[in-house]
Amino acid sequence: RVNPDLASERLAASFSVELLTASLDGGAERTRSRRAVVEAIENDPVFSQENQYFQSQNERYEAAVRRAVYLQKKIREMGWTENGPEVQYVNRCLSGDIALILHRVFMRSISMLGSDEQIAKWIPLATDYQIIGSYAQTELGHGTYLQGLETTAVFDDATQEFILNTPKISAMKWWPGDMGRSATHTVVFAQLYVHGKCYGVHPFILQIRSLQDHSPCPGVTVGDIGPKMNFQHTDNGFLQLQNVRVPRENMLSKFCKVQPDGTYVRWGSQKMNYFTMTSVRISILSDEVILPLKKACTIAIRYSAVRRQSKLKPGEQEAKILDYQTQQQKLLPQLATAYAFHFIKIYLDELFNRGYQDIQGKNFDSLPELHAFSSGFKATVSQQCTSGVEICLRACGGHGYSLLSGLPSLYTRIIASCIYEGENTILLLQTARFLIKCFMAVSAGQPVPPSVTYLSSVKPGKCPAKDKLDFLSPEIYLKAYEQMAIRLISSSAAKLQHFIQSGVDEYEAWNQCTVQLEKAAKAHCHYITVKNFVETVEKLDDEAGIQKIMKHLCDLFALHGIFSNMGDFLYDGYLTAAHMDLVTASYLDLLAVIRKDAVPLVDAFDFTDKTLNSALGSYDGQVYQRLYEWARKSPTNQQGNPAYGKYLKPLLQNTLSKL
Amino acid sequence: VVTMVMNADLRRERAAATFQPELLTNVLDGGAERTRRRREIEALVINDPDFQHEDLNFLSRSQRYEQAIRKSSLMVMKLREHGIADPDEIYLFKSFVHRGHPEPLDLHLGMFLPTLLTQATPEQQDRFFMPSWNLEIIGTYAQTEMGHGSHIRGLETTATYDPATQEFILNSPTVTSIKWWPGGLGKSSNHAIVLAQLYTQGQCKGLHAFIVPIRQMGTHEPLPGITVGDIGPKFGYDEIDNGYLKMDNFRIPRENMLMKYAQVEPDGTYVKPLSDKLTYGTMVFIRSMIVGDSARALSRACTIAIRYSAVRHQSELKAGEPEPQILDYQTQQYKLFPLLATAYAFHFVGTYMKDTYRRISADIIEGDLSELPELHALSAGLKAFSSWVANAGVEECRMACGGHGYSRCSGLPDIYVTFTPCCTYEGENTVMMLQTARFLIKSYMQVGSGQRVTGMVSYLNDLSRQHIQPQHVAARPVSVLINDPVSLVEAYKARAAWLVEAAAKNLQAELNHRKSREDAWNVTSVDLVRASDAHCHYVVVKLFTAKLSEISNAAVRAVVTDLCLLYMLHGISKNAGDFLQAGILTNTQVNQVNQRVKELLAIIRLNAVALVDSFDFSDNYLGSVLGRYDGNVYENMFEWAKKSPLNKTEVHESFYKYLKPMQAKL
Repeated sequence: RVNPDLASERLAASFSVELLTASLDGGAERTRSRRAVVEAIENDPVFSQENQYFQSQNERYEAAVRRAVYLQKKIREMGWTENGPEVQYVNRCLSGDIALILHRVFMRSISMLGSDEQIAKWIPLATDYQIIGSYAQTELGHGTYLQGLETTAVFDDATQEFILNTPKISAMKWWPGDMGRSATHTVVFAQLYVHGKCYGVHPFILQIRSLQDHSPCPGVTVGDIGPKMNFQHTDNGFLQLQNVRVPRENMLSKFCKVQPDGTYVRWGSQKMNYFTMTSVRISILSDEVILPLKKACTIAIRYSAVRRQSKLKPGEQEAKILDYQTQQQKLLPQLATAYAFHFIKIYLDELFNRGYQDIQGKNFDSLPELHAFSSGFKATVSQQCTSGVEICLRACGGHGYSLLSGLPSLYTRIIASCIYEGENTILLLQTARFLIKCFMAVSAGQPVPPSVTYLSSVKPGKCPAKDKLDFLSPEIYLKAYEQMAIRLISSSAAKLQHFIQSGVDEYEAWNQCTVQLEKAAKAHCHYITVKNFVETVEKLDDEAGIQKIMKHLCDLFALHGIFSNMGDFLYDGYLTAAHMDLVTASYLDLLAVIRKDAVPLVDAFDFTDKTLNSALGSYDGQVYQRLYEWARKSPTNQQGNPAYGKYLKPLLQNTLSKL
Repeated sequence: VVTMVMNADLRRERAAATFQPELLTNVLDGGAERTRRRREIEALVINDPDFQHEDLNFLSRSQRYEQAIRKSSLMVMKLREHGIADPDEIYLFKSFVHRGHPEPLDLHLGMFLPTLLTQATPEQQDRFFMPSWNLEIIGTYAQTEMGHGSHIRGLETTATYDPATQEFILNSPTVTSIKWWPGGLGKSSNHAIVLAQLYTQGQCKGLHAFIVPIRQMGTHEPLPGITVGDIGPKFGYDEIDNGYLKMDNFRIPRENMLMKYAQVEPDGTYVKPLSDKLTYGTMVFIRSMIVGDSARALSRACTIAIRYSAVRHQSELKAGEPEPQILDYQTQQYKLFPLLATAYAFHFVGTYMKDTYRRISADIIEGDLSELPELHALSAGLKAFSSWVANAGVEECRMACGGHGYSRCSGLPDIYVTFTPCCTYEGENTVMMLQTARFLIKSYMQVGSGQRVTGMVSYLNDLSRQHIQPQHVAARPVSVLINDPVSLVEAYKARAAWLVEAAAKNLQAELNHRKSREDAWNVTSVDLVRASDAHCHYVVVKLFTAKLSEISNAAVRAVVTDLCLLYMLHGISKNAGDFLQAGILTNTQVNQVNQRVKELLAIIRLNAVALVDSFDFSDNYLGSVLGRYDGNVYENMFEWAKKSPLNKTEVHESFYKYLKPMQAKL
């Protein structure tokens, strides 16, 4: 029984939801196979997430381990392949609430960094889960800056071993997932010392727990780092090493090696690995970053169509909160953002696939561009999706604050993505470095990658728009974005030059410009995102109203960006104060247009109720009934109230002083 | 806890400060004597073994609730033991006992008792007040329902008078009418003041308050006809049993309706209250207090993030040199220092709001209600403005601490989840902004019709003298001096005036398109919120600037002036669009502002640690390993982690249950 307030929204759809879903999936066949996988998982009680909001850290961890173990069985039963699309669908539908994720990173790093013999020895053991791996890089004192790691590995030629040590507290490994309780082995990164000379950070395979009774190996202190904002199901760990010895063969040696006599030799190129590391940043975007925003939009928009509050007109029924302009202005730009990023992810995948082919052909020219794109987009997409999820959370008022809404968990999880795989500010500055280089090259008449040729555009004069409708024309707003990105990049470059010419050291000049550089990098990514959205819409078939609604979303995304960054756009001079009034008018008009399709647009993301796991966001819109039923299942209502006997009763009966 | 000497970085930072933090602390407290007394009250709590307990981060929700109840019970007794009776001092004692967290008796002390005092008849006070004061009755205030929050006229709970038995029959007629959210309702309270639609003689008389017993005295079991429980886990507020309450034909005597103002006579005749303006005084008070809460949440977050940024070293600025403190990176300063300045701004505004409330409520008691509308509008807008900014600011501080900020040991997740509901409770922020906008538009119309307006909106008087353009009005030209706080206040004033006028004109334009008033209001609401936001921003910079001249010590005044400038210039930089569009600033000036912001970052950098030390949070209250006063962060993170529940046994039981069998099978 669907709540009539939601049913009426669906009747009014201007496009085919099913066709849009298929288009988002990349074809109807994929939609079908995705749904089959989701059904298989959701019908299996082992994977139920029903009670997760009521569970303690210990219970969450245990459930995640159980799921990880059963999933191996399930994959075999169903005949799915480890790297096939089905397993991706599984991960998506489990929302990452599963243990032993780092086991895969452990295996990948051995494949990437290990010699053929090492791969032959360790990969089969890991594949069969004879051992469980983790990946120990980050330390208490060092995250982003790898060269600063302090764990040491000293070569002892007498025994042909490395002696691993944690020389001080800040050198303790901290954060690695699956390490606190589960892993038996880990790849540990340490400064290599041979005969007193430091050769920098190298990876070593290290056993940390007994394969018999799981107790820590001698010299190893290992445990869980304690409660976090989310990831209660993951045992992020600490690791302290005291004279732990590993054989010489345990240093991963695809690219370098310590020979028995202590001679250090290095060979080959790490560029392929560099590419892999870079592409990891892009690979997390779909499931860990964009998907949570889609879910949050689904929950908040469906709830806003069901929640009625206050009257728009006296005498009428209370209005759906989705009919309030302020609510539309909170939610609909997030919806447009979710679509914009869905499409930018496709763009990035294509860019990386082309890059991969180049690299296979030993052409490494595209690496700097790929690195800059992966850094910049990882940062901007994670930042905007995070703030989008938070906006959705707060747009649901008090009920959004209940864990049962699903929104707090989505939020606390997605925020971690702003830090892992590279802290966002640092990543944006890496992108900025690339952009500055390209700008210099362009100025000197040298060639640059196609994605940044816009930097050589001749500066236009004024925006020709005269009417608010002109701002629904992509050429008009794209030009404004392009102009702003060029201006921010060129003025950062000029300022940097200015500092350096006036005698400031280069590093200091860079630090003095970083606030502006970060902004320039964001502007670049924003421009590319808008441009890609425009190009995607142009390529869509005008089938079943899809192109039309996507064009509206694209316009909204673009105009929202201008409306929210007015100062930067006005500063450029391309847009005038009068233009801003037109932009605002067009922007607000679009809210009312997209409002009509808001529910169908989130339905198209095609989340099952179980995947959403939200009392507010389910497909049938029976919000209050569900909230009440779920609350009654809470342990606080199912179990007695120990506080009553101990404290409340004496308090009520004034006997507390006798305690 | 590992005790060690102070971290060398922090020692150096403190030695280099250009002012004495103690003097600034006194400014924040409102005098040296108040600083002394605050510390004395905190010492009573810290030195009391009854108030010690395990780190809350390691406790389950039930355990946290239990700890909170334990401490609340003790707190009530100890307040009396120590003879603490002044409301400000009670508030301090309570926040030290609960370390800034809410507690299950909040609604009993903050709503149930005051409502009895203001709305109960003398006879009702005799029956209910002393038992409640002595905690034989624990009460809560049940207003919000599942389907209705901000719009209280829409509440659905009914109280129907039955003259035959002289009782009210209380009902929750729909699922949406179930009372939902009241703190202390789920498990702690045995009574509730319930807001319900009153029906008598077949007519609905609107919302009224009733005292409803919900649990049996002695056994604490729910009474027949009452369904009551906890609403389940939330983002934060683990220590509170926010509850639900469903009533089925539950009868209470006629005398349980709070009848100081409105009354129902035994035969069912309804007697109207004289004035209902007084009842929203409590709301105004709580909203005014939230400005101070915003300041505190942000100050705590800044203390943690800035101390940690002085201790944390990472990467290299210059090749070959030691890793710098992350506080030396411009991007880090740009994240944190504007927030530090904001925390100071909100402290001063919070104090102003509290004082103003006291002054005006004295007038109200004298029967003078003239300033109430402005205070109401100001408290609504500033509540929203400050809580939005602080909410985002706390998160920004957490993000600035990288991965470790994500750990509960940083204390930052807890500050965030505890603070964020401020944006919703006591009036959802957008709704609040629109209330302020209504007052601004009304004032603007008054000016248009020739009346003068007073108070914070008096700048609107100047607008009427301008020639009114049909479209796109340029703001009154201001010659802005970017190093002069007074001149910058004028710029903010011009921006507020410009945005209020623009919103008013857009509203008028919509009305001219023959839209109904309500539709016109709705399609202008984005503009209206912008106008309110600019008005509140102006009030904040005005009050902050006014505070500067009150600081007597020159060194302290100098640093606070830098903060004030940073606050204002950063605000301009962030909202440059408004200042440019209104023609208040030129491109060149915006450029100068951006440049000046960066210069101020470098200046404030010198005193950053001393500026957070001045907030004077004890480690106990701060609850953060990253923000410890002595800066021994890493050692204590390790100590903390060892206490994690997952570390209770060396080998976790799931190894035997799942991992080992898997390894054996595969």
